[in-house]
Amino acid sequence: MTAESTPVPAPPPAPPKAAPRRRDEGAIPSRRERSVPHAGWMVVAGKEFADHLWSIRFVILLLLLGLVALIPMYFAADTIRSVASQVTSSSSVFLFLFTLSPQVGSTGVQIPSALDFVRLAGPLLGIVFAFDAVNSERADGTLPRLLSQPIFRDDVINGKFAAGLAVIGLVLTFIVLLIAGFGIVRLGIVPSAEELLRITFWLIVTFLYIAIWLAFGLLLSVVARRAATSALVGFGVWLVATVFGGLITGIINGIVAPVTGSPDQVASAYSLQQTITRLLPDTVYQEAAYTILNPQVAAVSNPATIGGYQQAAQRIPSLQSFEQSILLVWPHVVIMLAITAGLFALAYVQFMRQEVRA
Amino acid sequence: MTAPSTRPVRKRIGRKGGASDREPGVTTPRVRAAGDDRPRAPIRTRGLTKLYGDLVAVDHLDLEVQAGEIFGLLGQNGAGKTTTILMLLGLTEPTDGQARVVGLDPARRPLEVKRRVGYLPDAVGFYSDMSGRDNLRYTARLNRIERDEAEDVIDEALEQVGLTARADDSTDTYSRGMLQRLGIADALIKDPDVLILDEPTTAIDPLGVTEILELLRTLVRDRQMAILLSSHLLNQVQSVCDRIGIFSAGRLIGQGTMGELAARFGEDSAHIEAEIEPPADAGPERVREVLSAIPGVTKVTSRSIHGSTTWNVTVKPASDDARVRRAILAAATSTGLDLTSVRPIEPALEDIYRRAVERAAHGHARDVR
Repeated sequence: MTAESTPVPAPPPAPPKAAPRRRDEGAIPSRRERSVPHAGWMVVAGKEFADHLWSIRFVILLLLLGLVALIPMYFAADTIRSVASQVTSSSSVFLFLFTLSPQVGSTGVQIPSALDFVRLAGPLLGIVFAFDAVNSERADGTLPRLLSQPIFRDDVINGKFAAGLAVIGLVLTFIVLLIAGFGIVRLGIVPSAEELLRITFWLIVTFLYIAIWLAFGLLLSVVARRAATSALVGFGVWLVATVFGGLITGIINGIVAPVTGSPDQVASAYSLQQTITRLLPDTVYQEAAYTILNPQVAAVSNPATIGGYQQAAQRIPSLQSFEQSILLVWPHVVIMLAITAGLFALAYVQFMRQEVRA
Repeated sequence: MTAPSTRPVRKRIGRKGGASDREPGVTTPRVRAAGDDRPRAPIRTRGLTKLYGDLVAVDHLDLEVQAGEIFGLLGQNGAGKTTTILMLLGLTEPTDGQARVVGLDPARRPLEVKRRVGYLPDAVGFYSDMSGRDNLRYTARLNRIERDEAEDVIDEALEQVGLTARADDSTDTYSRGMLQRLGIADALIKDPDVLILDEPTTAIDPLGVTEILELLRTLVRDRQMAILLSSHLLNQVQSVCDRIGIFSAGRLIGQGTMGELAARFGEDSAHIEAEIEPPADAGPERVREVLSAIPGVTKVTSRSIHGSTTWNVTVKPASDDARVRRAILAAATSTGLDLTSVRPIEPALEDIYRRAVERAAHGHARDVR
């Protein structure tokens, strides 16, 4: 017996015991008609979302993130008081809450700003809510049962991704509201309309950044058979990308684009180095977030020629409008969206091609 | 479709297609679609084949399961039972051949098929942080069953598998057998036309198994379901299945009722058990003589328990079984033996199965050479 498709003679026809029925597109009529769900992913997402909210990891993450967001706040508030007197002209005092990396009293120890902190811890949030999405269903033997329900196979992975996005949105909104509320209460600053817009846009950018890691976690949960494996790989990549990422790109920069030669060569080397650094999602995120939260930032890319530097030096420092800031970071937003979509597509394709049986 | 003669047929459709009890006379050629001259079996495969690389998991499978019957798939681990089931559900695409479940191609229209087919997977699992009832509620939601209706359906299903008392406990406190019962309840939630059960009773205790098998018989009788179950527990398959298919290395090496299988794979011999006491003036040798003298008897053995002696008579060919039994009765009266009982011994599926697999293995080896 081989792979050849040898035609098999049809089994001898059984005596016609029954009268043929009306042909309903070939289906044998069912006893009771019930509509087939069109939006199976919403049912899956609803269940997953509820699971996340009741899970211990959600409670722990919320407590941890809330606490860690409040600590820089506390010290930032002191710093902002002293800075505020110098920047009264600026309309962005409220945004300092997010971008200032405060010093602890007189010790000189610098605490990462809320922005840096989100950049570091955000990926964790994404991975934690996705690393066991598919492989735990496999391990528990619930996947065949789930897939035998009248839903499409991709409803499962779509629903899980949607639920993860919803939880991330929830947690992020919570943190931003916490920081904002803290600022209003402790500093007595009320954000202006533009500041609110900027914070909202920052929220969206952050959401996209974490979505990258959620999609990555999902991909791991599809590829790795065991939840422990995907967690380990996920956290490993997170560590490499966010903590050692700068060091690694530094080495690559030194080899690929050494800073030597004429001023123009130096300028183009710097430009290339920036491009290399931008291969890390957290660089992309940091640039975008910093630009959004800092109206002073007028350019995100280093000039590629020495003339560009001269021009930049001559520019009169001014505040960018919200629209101008968005224009600056639009490519960043698109890149993050593309990475998320790419990773999710990979996870999706892998999941669709896998056998149901482990 | 205006022919008045189709009207009674349609009425039966509404009730559900009980295909087996139809009279051939009802047939109306005018409504018959071309080539559709057979009863529509809820499960039907033709030349169904699945390859994993070079490995032939399922090899040109022709299978039919009618409404109102339990079909048992028998085979060793890795014989292709689960792969077949996954193809029937549209969870795996066949390499070749076709399958029709409730008249639809599972690979093309998986949603409609899965809507109407209840499935109990091998080693079924549930979300361990949810109660049994909540797990079933999720299934009901996935099947778009209205909330109120779902509660009734869930209660009924839990009652049927005997889990009502533990329904609100978290499923990680359930035993393996309870999970399997919950799995059967889960498959019943959607009120299926076809039930596919992969090893439904492996972990259930003997008393529970009887209950489950009775439940399956009830479902087949009252709801005219078609049930396909796979198992390696031969006596259970024998006791509950109307027809049996023996699977080996991806091929269906035999299918039919117990009798048909016995005729095909048996040694063509039947066994009769008789309790006979020798007359007072003679020893057991006298009984053996009498029994051996009957034409068709090839072997006579005896064993004694608690003073009474049971004789095991082997008859060849098997079709002589009834004649030999009558002959024993006649011989007992004419020779004055004290006969207390004569009964035929049902062929054991185990023997048939073993012989079928052996024969297939030899045949296969010859094919290869």
